[in-house]
Amino acid sequence: MTGWADHLIIAPIILPMLTGAGMILAGDGRRGVTVALGLASTLSLLALSVALLSVADTTGVRIYRLGDWPALFGIVLVLDRLSAMMLALSSALGLASFVFSLGRRHAPGALFHPLLQLQFMGLNGAFLAGDLFNLFVFFEVMLAASYGMALHGSGRARVLAGLHYVVINLLASLLFLIGVSVVYGIAGTLNMADLATRMGEVAVEDRALLEAGLAVMGIAFLVKAAMWPLGFWLPGTYAAATAPAAAILSILSKVGIYAVLRLWSLLFSEDSGDSAGFGGTALLIGGLLTIAYGSAAILGAQSLRRLAGASVMVSSGTLLATIGTGHSAVTGGALLYLASSVLAIAAFFLLIELVERGREAGADVLAVTREAFGTGDSEPVEAHEVGVAIPGTLALLGLSFIACALLLAGLPPLSGFLAKFAILAPLLGPPDAVVSVTSWVLMAALILSGLATVVAMLRAGIEAFWTSPASTAARVGLAEIVPIGLLLALCAALTVAAGPAVDYMRATAEALHAPSGYVRSVLTPPAPVPKGGG
Amino acid sequence: MELVVSLAIGVLTGSGIWLLLRSRTFQVIIGLSLLSYAVNLFIFSTGGLRTGAAAILARGQPGTLGEFTDPVPQALVLTAIVIGFATTALLLVVLLAARGLTGTDQVDGREREG
Repeated sequence: MTGWADHLIIAPIILPMLTGAGMILAGDGRRGVTVALGLASTLSLLALSVALLSVADTTGVRIYRLGDWPALFGIVLVLDRLSAMMLALSSALGLASFVFSLGRRHAPGALFHPLLQLQFMGLNGAFLAGDLFNLFVFFEVMLAASYGMALHGSGRARVLAGLHYVVINLLASLLFLIGVSVVYGIAGTLNMADLATRMGEVAVEDRALLEAGLAVMGIAFLVKAAMWPLGFWLPGTYAAATAPAAAILSILSKVGIYAVLRLWSLLFSEDSGDSAGFGGTALLIGGLLTIAYGSAAILGAQSLRRLAGASVMVSSGTLLATIGTGHSAVTGGALLYLASSVLAIAAFFLLIELVERGREAGADVLAVTREAFGTGDSEPVEAHEVGVAIPGTLALLGLSFIACALLLAGLPPLSGFLAKFAILAPLLGPPDAVVSVTSWVLMAALILSGLATVVAMLRAGIEAFWTSPASTAARVGLAEIVPIGLLLALCAALTVAAGPAVDYMRATAEALHAPSGYVRSVLTPPAPVPKGGG
Repeated sequence: MELVVSLAIGVLTGSGIWLLLRSRTFQVIIGLSLLSYAVNLFIFSTGGLRTGAAAILARGQPGTLGEFTDPVPQALVLTAIVIGFATTALLLVVLLAARGLTGTDQVDGREREG
């Protein structure tokens, strides 16, 4: 703890917490205060996360000890390249979702903005937590806020989907707790870095129990990440949520991926003795099954929202399968894919709201099953407009839709293609290398899921823009199209600056696969502070 | 004592899972509560079951777990109880909203025929 700069690490947790509390105190009536607070908070979060990104890129691992206790006795927050990247993603989504919610036709209902802030507190805390129990606590903060977000706007479909979402996540949290307590009972520590050093020393008769505990914990993460067959809750919940809430939910499923990647690479590295690589095959196979299920769901999707939900599953499956291969170069590609797909899916969710506006309820239901689609919950459309309406709406929406389709399917020229290429190239290896069967299967799955996405997006796009265009000309506010543009521009930036981005991801993946640096940084005791006289 | 505690955890878990798989929302929430009791007991038991041991070190005693009870699981279980309490309360609100909006207490919002 030398300068003020060290305290930046905890700011992404403190700032949204204080802002959320301030908004609640200000009350729902004072929209001006709420908006000003929210804008200040989301903008400074973005600035903070960019600063932390550069800190992490130059110094590797930074840790923050709360109360300056040594890591084993106190709580530590750890900032490394992976968590800095996730922070940056969450704050970019946060800004987009916040601005979008300002321009919505119906003003967001009670407590939307405080919930959004608390959601960031949970997300950022989960990315920074250095021990298992704080990971659990921040997961709960994040989930509690996300229950509110998913239910936001109420209505029959939302409440029913929300009920299932809450029950499943409560069950997953209980599994998480069981896992944590088994790990503590055997290893006697909850600190992730300390646990990593103890993995190799666990007695033979306890090892199976410890692995079982970690596997139970892994199931809790995989429920969040929506791995098949744990992810049936996802499409319904995401389809029912309002657009800004769904955009945030799209990073929530990636928190599960983050936790799997973090713990799996840390605890089952080569230093962990007999446990090295434990569960990698399960991740690979589960990921492949998730890709298959997600692709089928994409092809069968009867509404744009379901399509977006299914593409969340495909992206989760792709990430799990590529992480499961355990090659650092493949993981590097997967991280690029993660950044690109989170941004693209969030933009897609926001876009869907605009595309569907002005169309009759259920207009995007394809042909035969038109009558099978329930039409209970069309939102009450109010007459007045908020914000500046922009011309050429349909053209802009169409262009954004094409960009989303390219990104999700992984076609050139945008970053989706680069990310898939960065995964596929190391799988093939050098020209004369023998490519294993698993690599072929994984490559086939990636390419076929891309094909399924192209087919589904083409069909949905034709339906939405050509055969049944909006019955009344959709009026879209400036504040609604700007966040979509921002997210897509970030993807474009990832494409243009692909060199530095890939370098960063590669460094991240290498650090993940050689966790000794992480462990050493966390466990190094703080430098003794000279005692002041007094 | 180990046998009694493990039986209690097992019975709570079993009943909880049974109720969780039922189709009415009230049964589901009771099932979740039972499960969370089971998990709390389980966390508590990972510190080792001891009676009459001090929770903190006494002066002059060696700092081994043989001499005092492990405080960490107790701290964990307190946090878990608080979080479980809050989320159960939230689930109750959702449950009431679902009851109000659908007019039935089935988890899928549809009354079964017959």
